[in-house]
Amino acid sequence: MKLSIAVYGAPHSSEASESAYRFASTACSMGHALLRVFFYHDGVHNASSLAVPPQDETQTTQRWQALAVEFNIDLVVCVAAALRRGIVNTEEAERYELESQNLAEGFEISGLGQLLDAAVNSDRLVSFGH
Amino acid sequence: MTEIQTITAPKKILFVNTRAPYGSSMARDALDALLAASAYEQDLSVLFLGEAVFQLLRNQNPKAISMKNLAATLPVLPMYDIKQIYIQESALSSRGLSIDDLVLPAKVLGEDEIAALMDSQGAILSF
Repeated sequence: MKLSIAVYGAPHSSEASESAYRFASTACSMGHALLRVFFYHDGVHNASSLAVPPQDETQTTQRWQALAVEFNIDLVVCVAAALRRGIVNTEEAERYELESQNLAEGFEISGLGQLLDAAVNSDRLVSFGH
Repeated sequence: MTEIQTITAPKKILFVNTRAPYGSSMARDALDALLAASAYEQDLSVLFLGEAVFQLLRNQNPKAISMKNLAATLPVLPMYDIKQIYIQESALSSRGLSIDDLVLPAKVLGEDEIAALMDSQGAILSF
């Protein structure tokens, strides 16, 4: 089955990204195709390269990166939700003359059309954190 | 990343709102997603469940909490060709509300009809 996931919760403060990761990882290991993980609302914090959780806690961002590389998954962050919350790539940092960028490698910033595209082109879209 | 594909048959996609209009930005984010989706010529519906019925109330004044008025934007949905607008009957009645209190002409559905609506969809996005 072709799946996509929407993540609306920030790591550490919500269980959404933990549940989403477990679902994604299990689905991939069972042989399902995961087309895209779309990070929206507070879920955009999953894509921060500046988060430093204690070593004995989940390294959320790195875990998504590893899963995406292993199973060739799009990790897409909504641009409007990201800009509001201070998650920016180099291009946006330059556009708004910000002092740094913090979008973790392997994630890309795009629009809400990618969420709809995931709904259209997947057999199931599963939302976490609503 | 794949580009948005042009497909021949539109997919039935239901947006399910579950949250109150303020206190969290989820209701506004759901509306943004719905309006963005309207550009892709799919068969869109929207359903308001539970606390989300408050999103549709007339006479909201969220300026007092520095928020934009959601109910000022929701009436544009039919102009974006989103005409299948549904609301949960029990969510209205348990809050002492009626269809006359709302800014949009939504179709009131019972639990069985909501189940049938969900069952008929190609994809469901819940917020």
